[in-house]
Amino acid sequence: MATYDAERVGVAPWLLSGPALLVFVALLLAPLLLTAVLSLNLFSDTEGVMPAYSLGNYVEVFKDDYFHEIFLRTGGMALAVTLLCVLLGIPETIIIARMAPRWRSLFLLVVLGPLLISVVVRTLGWAILLGNNGLINDALQALGIIEQPVKMLFTQVGVIIALTHVLVPFMVIAVWATLQRLDLQVEWAGLSLGASRLTVFRRIILPQIMPGVLSGSIIVFALAASAFATPAIIGGRRLKVVATAAYDEFLGTLNWPLGAAIAMLLLLANLIIILGCSKLAERRFKQVFE
Amino acid sequence: MHKNGIFSLLFHALFVTFIVAPLVVVMAMAFTSKGYLSLPTEGLSLRWFRALADNHEMLDAFALSIKLGLASATIAAVLAIPAALAISRYDFPGRGAVTGFLLSPLMIPSVVLGIAFLRFFSLAQIGGSFWALTLTHVIVVLPYALRLTLASTIGLERDIEQAALSLGASRWTAFYRVVLPRIRTGVVGGWMLAFIQSFDELTMTVFVATPGTTTLPVAMYNQISQTIDPLITAVSTVLIVGTLLLMLILDRMVGLDRVLIGEGK
Repeated sequence: MATYDAERVGVAPWLLSGPALLVFVALLLAPLLLTAVLSLNLFSDTEGVMPAYSLGNYVEVFKDDYFHEIFLRTGGMALAVTLLCVLLGIPETIIIARMAPRWRSLFLLVVLGPLLISVVVRTLGWAILLGNNGLINDALQALGIIEQPVKMLFTQVGVIIALTHVLVPFMVIAVWATLQRLDLQVEWAGLSLGASRLTVFRRIILPQIMPGVLSGSIIVFALAASAFATPAIIGGRRLKVVATAAYDEFLGTLNWPLGAAIAMLLLLANLIIILGCSKLAERRFKQVFE
Repeated sequence: MHKNGIFSLLFHALFVTFIVAPLVVVMAMAFTSKGYLSLPTEGLSLRWFRALADNHEMLDAFALSIKLGLASATIAAVLAIPAALAISRYDFPGRGAVTGFLLSPLMIPSVVLGIAFLRFFSLAQIGGSFWALTLTHVIVVLPYALRLTLASTIGLERDIEQAALSLGASRWTAFYRVVLPRIRTGVVGGWMLAFIQSFDELTMTVFVATPGTTTLPVAMYNQISQTIDPLITAVSTVLIVGTLLLMLILDRMVGLDRVLIGEGK
């Protein structure tokens, strides 16, 4: 009987997850491997993709200043977006958590709801707001704060603002999840023992929500670094990031092997950040997680 | 926790303005009576919604996106249910790897997925069809369906199912009549989230969409990269209102916080 049971457990989970696994092997693993192989191929303007194998495309990405600039710009913008999401997301989540239940669920909906609305729509809103004849410039000019319109569309600042808007809900979600486990008594204890509000925040609340802040930062950074639609629309053609550069190689200049190499590097960087930082955060905050 | 002070509420007001402003602006501009992008200062007009009703390109793209969302969310849900049961019920070697593999599209940049699918389709020469596009969307949305389904299958007691089996119900009957009703909220919530993700997907689809399979986000993106006119704000308004309605349904049925924040609650 025991062997019969063991045998059943042995096959059943594979039968149940088999269909999904088959689809994933055929349509996710295979395409990714083919792209990895493609990134090793060479390309010439006359012959197209050539079935030779070398690391030439990677060498080109590492050597060329053009790609250095793109990778640095992408990393810098992702860092700025992450920082803004931390600075805006933490206070807002705490404020929402302090509200009466009725308001709390309403504003949680207002803040998180945009996640379900298409990125194209949200970015369109910022394109309209940030333009030279956009609402922000019009308002600032009407108020007499500026005389000439400030260029915001097609600038890094514009992309950072719009990406922060798109991604800040992820920070709120992550902080909210840890805030739910926060022991409210400790805050009162700190206050009643004479600590200032700032000290209570810095020494009591912040350390406890730190795991959430970290995991939120990882998600925001990874998504900002690989964002496509927002940099493409707000940044325009000139202000390239890694994702739009890969797109251009694929559908513009048709240098597929080079585009594939950029994609592989983006994937690798993404996995290192997500898996590496999660491991680090997990180890450091083991006590808090358990 | 203590109450919010005046500065907190001020910060909150600014934050909410920041979140809502771009959406409100888009919706306001859709009601302009002018031929160019402007706020409807001289009275509201529905002319751009009428123009939208006559725009076959956008309507076709809209219909395609709905079909694509329905098909890919359904396939993803059907694949996710048995997979979730396997992961939550059996402690088998490779369980962690299976879970990680099926959730991995969440960690892969959409651009990379788009490039991989494009390469795959060009080698296999099956690009450009509706079902090829559907399969790519299944990969992208399955993690969402799986996560919510898992949330309802984990911790599900097996006693009633075993009672049904011992009373002579077939495995299928036991699943259909006992297990499925009890994991329904997770499955339906996962299906809806998968539908929304498919419907909104742009970055991956931009690579594999062909003139015959242009989804709504791709059509909108192509339009916006050329020029922003009031027509596109009218499309966006329809999308915002539609998403709000879906959101309310989702909130009533599963609880939006559960869908968005996950099992943490």
